[in-house]
Amino acid sequence: MGNKQTIFTDEQLDAYQDCTFFTRKEILRLHGRYHELAPHLVPMDYTNEPDVTIPLALIVSMPELNENPFRNRIVESFSEDGAGNLSFNDFVDMFSVLSETAPRELKAIYAFKIYDFNVDNFLCKEDLEKTLNKLTREELSPEEVTLVCEKAIEEADLDGDSKLSFADFENMITRAPDFLR
Amino acid sequence: MPRKSDVGAKIEDVGIEIDGDVSDSEDDTSRRRGNRRPTAGRGGARGRGKKPADEDEEDEEEEEAPRNRRGANKKKAAKSRDTDDESEDDTPKRRQGRAANKGAANKKKGGKAQDNDEDSEEEKGNKRNKKGATGKKGKEEETKDKKGDAKGKGKGKEKEDEKDKKKKKKKKKESSSDTDSNTNSEEESMSEGEMERLKEEVEEKKKVIAIMRNKPWRMKRRLVHLKECQEFVDKFEGALGKGKGRKFYAYKVMMTKVLMGLPYGSIPRKTVPRAEQSTAQDYSVLMDFNVAQFITCDHFFLPQGYCKYSVLFYGYYNNQRTIGLLKFRLPLSYLMVGVGTFGYSLMVVIRTMAKNADVGGGDGDDGEFTFAWKMFTSWDYLIGNAETADNKYASITTSFKESIVDEQENQKDENIHLRRFLRVLANFMIICCLGGSGYLIFFVVKRSQEFANRDDLSWYEKNELELIMSLLGLVCPPLFETIAELEEYHPRIALKWQLGRIFALFLGNLYTFLFALFDEVNNKLEEEVSIRNASIWAQKEYYANFTLYNNDTDTTPPPMDPSDVIRGPCWETAVGIEFVKLTVSDIQVTYLTILIGDFARAVIVRFLNYCWCWDLEATYPSYGEFDISGNVLGLVFNQGMIWMGAFYAPGLVGINVLRLLSSMYYQCWAVMATNVPHERVFKASKSNNFYMGLLLLILFLSLLPVVYTIMTLPPSFDCGPFSGKAKMFDVIMETIDLDLPAFLGTLMGYAANPGLIIPAVLLMVLAIYYLNSVSEAYQHANAELKKKMQMARDEEKNRRNNTESTDQVMKDLEDLLPNRSLLPPAPPPETGGKSTKVRPGTAGKDVNLQKDVSLSSPNPNARGAVTRPPGPRGPGPLPGNGQQGPGGGPGRGRGRGQPPPRR
Repeated sequence: MGNKQTIFTDEQLDAYQDCTFFTRKEILRLHGRYHELAPHLVPMDYTNEPDVTIPLALIVSMPELNENPFRNRIVESFSEDGAGNLSFNDFVDMFSVLSETAPRELKAIYAFKIYDFNVDNFLCKEDLEKTLNKLTREELSPEEVTLVCEKAIEEADLDGDSKLSFADFENMITRAPDFLR
Repeated sequence: MPRKSDVGAKIEDVGIEIDGDVSDSEDDTSRRRGNRRPTAGRGGARGRGKKPADEDEEDEEEEEAPRNRRGANKKKAAKSRDTDDESEDDTPKRRQGRAANKGAANKKKGGKAQDNDEDSEEEKGNKRNKKGATGKKGKEEETKDKKGDAKGKGKGKEKEDEKDKKKKKKKKKESSSDTDSNTNSEEESMSEGEMERLKEEVEEKKKVIAIMRNKPWRMKRRLVHLKECQEFVDKFEGALGKGKGRKFYAYKVMMTKVLMGLPYGSIPRKTVPRAEQSTAQDYSVLMDFNVAQFITCDHFFLPQGYCKYSVLFYGYYNNQRTIGLLKFRLPLSYLMVGVGTFGYSLMVVIRTMAKNADVGGGDGDDGEFTFAWKMFTSWDYLIGNAETADNKYASITTSFKESIVDEQENQKDENIHLRRFLRVLANFMIICCLGGSGYLIFFVVKRSQEFANRDDLSWYEKNELELIMSLLGLVCPPLFETIAELEEYHPRIALKWQLGRIFALFLGNLYTFLFALFDEVNNKLEEEVSIRNASIWAQKEYYANFTLYNNDTDTTPPPMDPSDVIRGPCWETAVGIEFVKLTVSDIQVTYLTILIGDFARAVIVRFLNYCWCWDLEATYPSYGEFDISGNVLGLVFNQGMIWMGAFYAPGLVGINVLRLLSSMYYQCWAVMATNVPHERVFKASKSNNFYMGLLLLILFLSLLPVVYTIMTLPPSFDCGPFSGKAKMFDVIMETIDLDLPAFLGTLMGYAANPGLIIPAVLLMVLAIYYLNSVSEAYQHANAELKKKMQMARDEEKNRRNNTESTDQVMKDLEDLLPNRSLLPPAPPPETGGKSTKVRPGTAGKDVNLQKDVSLSSPNPNARGAVTRPPGPRGPGPLPGNGQQGPGGGPGRGRGRGQPPPRR
């Protein structure tokens, strides 16, 4: 507080620490990053919890997300308004869930949200097609895409409604060897 | 009082506690209780005044609903002032409440527990609560409850809010009253219970806070919720500050710290320097005396003359039984550390494998979710580099295409005989390679033994063995890869084969080397016997001198003519030296390979490309790929060498650590600077247990020779910690005899008796057999269940996608009803078509066909869908039906269909 500006009160930091997988230092760093994204929008002083959001386009330009095929979906699913505008809370939330220490179950929940492009709480065929096209940069032919999506649904769909509910998804994803190991 | 729902009951509980706390006016409490639910009554019942009367009841209750306890304590204090009559009134209510509480998954507060006994029970109850909390539902409910507790906001019950506030106030009052009422012992115990309960609650809140981050909520909600919890904790934690529980907790923490700290702190730190001190003398002595004599294996890298007598090797440690004040038993600890290392490594490897198997429990069936996994888990969210991302996209696309092709051409397998022949041929060639390399190593080792007696060796001759082994490791794997192309395995399987073969090569080489080494050791042992007698007097003299000057460390023993000191060959050190040489040459070869194979190649490709007639980067030489699996294998093998050599060259571990550290950075640089990524990426996680299995195998195989030498070969008579003993493990016997009480010695004697050991081994074998069969049974059951699940899924799918087939079964059943035959059958040709569609397998079989035709006739769906009759069936088997046409007699089709018994 001497030469340094107060960004958060101690209580705020403690609260963030309890609500995320981050330490105080990391939260301050996150704030730094957040501030960097839009210096004119984000105040340095967060003690009075200003109501500031940063639009999707700016968030997506972060190097952490820049190459991710699902970057828009990630940001959207963590934003409270669903349109990709992130408040600092959402921002911290996003990185907390994506952090290494977050448990599998939590990640599965958010993964499901991310892959659910049309936000209907089901992964239907069109969700999968979008996922696949993003994943392969649309280098597969439409027939191949259809085949893969059908196969994927067939594999994971337990209740036979030809779309994946979260239960289906969780059952499948928690057995995946590459999911958070 | 009307019973309320569970939730209601819970809420009530909260209220009840408050009631209980309100000790001021009985009327108040009772009224409230009345207003509230039965649980409230229960809480009230717990009142102190009741106690004596209630004891019995309470006992019962405890058995029934131990979980309810927690809340109980709260009340206690307040309750004690309640009157007996109230308690009587309450009893029935209480029971009801209890039942309700039981029903509710999370019991928080019943009221009760007044004795210390009860307190302990309460703890149990709390534990249960905690357990319950781990379940998701339990958690949610609990958190809800807590919310209610803290503020009542979550439930939006204002009443509760009020109650909470009251409660809090009460709490303070109570805490003060606790201190006031110290005179009464009973009351004191209650206040303790109160503390316990409060503490529990606070702990629970804390737990909620701790798992807050795991909740899939918006941050805002989390923050709000957190605040509520924290306020609660803050309010009550202060009151707990002086509680005994806290002191006890602090004590516990302290104790664990002390206990955990103990092994690290005292013993090794104090003794190791002494050990070094005492052996340092040996070092100077040995160096002075023997440098000239023992330059047998001067490695180009190691200054062997000095190193041989350094701390790196077995020979450096002396056989003084105890060292220093603490009586550090060097020989004993040497043996124990040597053997313990193996034990520990085994444990770690096996635990890791078990954990992997556990985690991967579901994914034993690889094929189940191929596409789904590929789709949802193939992206690496850590990628932040554009180039890497491009590679990843390409690799994902490739893998999808591969899977599609696999899927499409699953069954295609032409000319299986040629393929089999080729595979056999490939295996034959590889076995030849393996045998050849084994023989080569054996030959070289033999030759090196001849060389050992000569002095005029060239550099090559000195290091022939290591060079040959490294070269084999360099040449053979690519050779195998070339040969493996004959086999046309799927890439992943091919990779495993390849790794298995390289592993066999390494292992074969290592073992050949080892056997040759044993030959040498045996030679040395024979040699030693002859030397020993001759040297005994010299030894005596030597040690006499040594001890004479031992007091004064600065003075070296009087120079003796080196030829006078006849020293044994110290085979242990020789073995250690071999391993160190092997490791060092391995390091060199690895580094040189990277430098030449990757770096030089990359430089050439990059810069010669400007003036070359074809595209070097895109076509032939291209850049190297980082061989992940090969490198992992290298690590595994290297680890095996360390395990084997560490007993004879303890310093090998240090060398290896340095090697691993440096090679990590070196290889990291090489990868980033000179290599291109794999076209096809194999996830290491998939074959985790494959590598761990290799590690386990090599651990076992390296365990064998070491344990063999420890148990059978006599140690050198004049070097190492076991010198002078007939066998190395005599150290243990000696320790038992001298340092342990006599009865333990006899006990050990019995334990070591074959009469005990054999049954023990037998028992273990049987246990293994039993566990094995149990696990097999489980596996079987698992497979069955899986099959059932699969069937259920298929069934479900069929029902949805393909209603006809399930209808078919229904129709079969319906057909058995006699009056059904009166219904008009569907037009035969159409039904025929339908049936073929539904079950193509039956086409062409007359009986089934007919049956199908008739059976499926009532299916309304069938009519529109089928456009033409199936080829084979049309005229032959169905003349009657055909004639009848769609409007055929009602009974005929049916009549025909029925007679042929189904299967």
